[in-house]
Amino acid sequence: MLYILVLFPLAMAAATFALPSNRWRPWLLPVGALVYLGLAAVAIFPTGEQEALWGMEGWLRLDALGKVVLGLLAVLFFLCTLYAPAYLAVRLDRPNRVFCANLFVVLAMMTLVVFSHHLGLMWVAMEATTLASAPLLYFEHNARSLEATWKYLLIGSVGIALALFGSFFLAYSSIKAGLQSTLLFEQLVEIAPKLSPPWLHAAFVLLFIGYGTKMGLAPMHTWKPDAYGEAPGLVGTLLAGGLTSCAFLAILRIYQICRAGSEAEHAREILVVAGLLSMAVAAVFLARQRDFKRMLAYSSVEHMGILVLGIGLGGLAVYGALLHLINNALTKGVLFLSAGNIHRAYGSKVTDNVAGALQRVPLSGALFLVGFLAITGSPPFGPFVSEFTIASAAVGSGQVWAGGLFLVLLALVFIGMGTTVLSVVLGNAPPPRSEMEAGAEKRGFRDGFSTGAPILLMLVLVLMLGVYVPPPLESLLRDAAALLEGR
Amino acid sequence: MDPFLDPLLIVALALNFVALGVSRIRGVIDAVALQGILLGVFPLSLHHDIGARSILLMVVTVALKGFIIPRFLIHAMREADIQHEVRPVVSCMNSLLLGAAGTGLALVFSSTLPLAEQHTNMLIVPASLATVWTGFLLLTGRRKAISQVLGYLLLENGIFLFGMLLLEAMPFLVEIGVLLDLFTGVFVMGIIIHHISREISSISTEYLTELKE
Repeated sequence: MLYILVLFPLAMAAATFALPSNRWRPWLLPVGALVYLGLAAVAIFPTGEQEALWGMEGWLRLDALGKVVLGLLAVLFFLCTLYAPAYLAVRLDRPNRVFCANLFVVLAMMTLVVFSHHLGLMWVAMEATTLASAPLLYFEHNARSLEATWKYLLIGSVGIALALFGSFFLAYSSIKAGLQSTLLFEQLVEIAPKLSPPWLHAAFVLLFIGYGTKMGLAPMHTWKPDAYGEAPGLVGTLLAGGLTSCAFLAILRIYQICRAGSEAEHAREILVVAGLLSMAVAAVFLARQRDFKRMLAYSSVEHMGILVLGIGLGGLAVYGALLHLINNALTKGVLFLSAGNIHRAYGSKVTDNVAGALQRVPLSGALFLVGFLAITGSPPFGPFVSEFTIASAAVGSGQVWAGGLFLVLLALVFIGMGTTVLSVVLGNAPPPRSEMEAGAEKRGFRDGFSTGAPILLMLVLVLMLGVYVPPPLESLLRDAAALLEGR
Repeated sequence: MDPFLDPLLIVALALNFVALGVSRIRGVIDAVALQGILLGVFPLSLHHDIGARSILLMVVTVALKGFIIPRFLIHAMREADIQHEVRPVVSCMNSLLLGAAGTGLALVFSSTLPLAEQHTNMLIVPASLATVWTGFLLLTGRRKAISQVLGYLLLENGIFLFGMLLLEAMPFLVEIGVLLDLFTGVFVMGIIIHHISREISSISTEYLTELKE
């Protein structure tokens, strides 16, 4: 079953690449995504006999934590592909062969990361997602997206190289202890208490920096504003919701090993500090951000910080962080896709030129505004629940400083983001100032069903998660949190 | 083992400084290529039982790091018609100083990382950390995209060097991992450099500064 989930998207990628028609190719995306969603559902909720799915002698395995991320990936990818045909129909001037095929390849490699219980294989899959997503960033084929792709590849490759270095350190820590050296996750957790502490500590730091680069934690986040700023909204959603979740999963695996070993305290300290740092950096750069797509990138940095902070705080905050993983990904989908619509309607993404979105594209403008409220933690949306859980866990477990700083930074982010978002959606549309904007106004992008409905669907899910977490999801999250807590 | 290995490591470290100190890009490419060849030969000196697998790995590593990738970079360099790193972010002199400081710190830090009994050579870990640091310096301190790729190659060399210690325990995985990383990373970066040189008629990332706050 695990093989099918990895091979199916690859097969779809080959089929997509082979299909000659530029017009019909995008339709393969939602079809493939729907089948993938079905397969994932079968894997996550097994009907009967098999409890844990595994393959390749334990190199691949689907545990509770993996199920959470797999479910998220399947749902997010499906919702994105509902938007894709409409987007690509507007961009028929660009050949979308590589774009569509690579979307499936990225999905396949992300799935492989989820299943990998061999740290070496996980690393290869992570590297593959970086390489496969680079062409997606370069879709526009202009100088700006080239710069973004260059930074993404360079910084991403350095991060991945450091993660490899950390994996080597980890393997060496078992050699130093005189044990059979292994990179199999289950075995590492078992022998963790005996692993040589200085090597384990160094390994954690390197792996955290390496995979943290892929996640976009500060100070390794410098690629994010450019990459998310220049990428099409669809790609931004997948990167912000999918790839970062996979990188987060990698860090969680390392954390599990450290927690089983002697490194729990150190690891948690590093996680808390890194989390708060990312939130602080985001808060600073979100102030007076004129480009609303770069603003979303900094929002992503902030939320990655929240995720790591939750894990570092421990206890109930772990459940909060896992719930936040899902809430963040879906809300980012709402934000990125509606921002994409607004960008297309105005031909520009800076607040100097964009205003009055509620008038020109009422649905996208409204979704952007509501998305902003959701992501900054307003009830009754999902992120409120997860952020509140983390905050109350912080205070409840006595880490009042961290909890207090968390809330202050959330408030700062709200103010910073708010000024940008409000200036985009409110007011009156200014007259077009450049050629690109005049062209956009002439083309007259208006909200339609196919560009609006997927975003609305995502928002409904976010709203639902804020009010009611379905029991199957709840138990899945609890199992995953238990795994992380070592219970 | 020691008398043979240590001089090689010292030469590798010296090549780090060559890479930092010269502004001729061809010089940096040569230094990195030579270091790659040295690294490819290391397994021979480190392990007593040389199997067919190790020989194959050695040949592939030397070919890739020493010849194929440098050729590729020289070709990219000619295509974009650049010879020198003219105005780096960190000047060659300062890079050398930072590199020296980093190497010293690497030696100090490695003393906190105890080696297993079977590994008596004490220079591998500091050499590996120093090379990683040098690669990082090149990457962040230079403007030309090719120099940044060379920095990445040095970084990889450093990681590969450390992988020597794992060669007995987990041979294939280690080396395949590094080579794969190297190959695909450079290959893809090479493509991007090609696009950059077409899009903007110079491959200085100095011109890739449109995306700013």
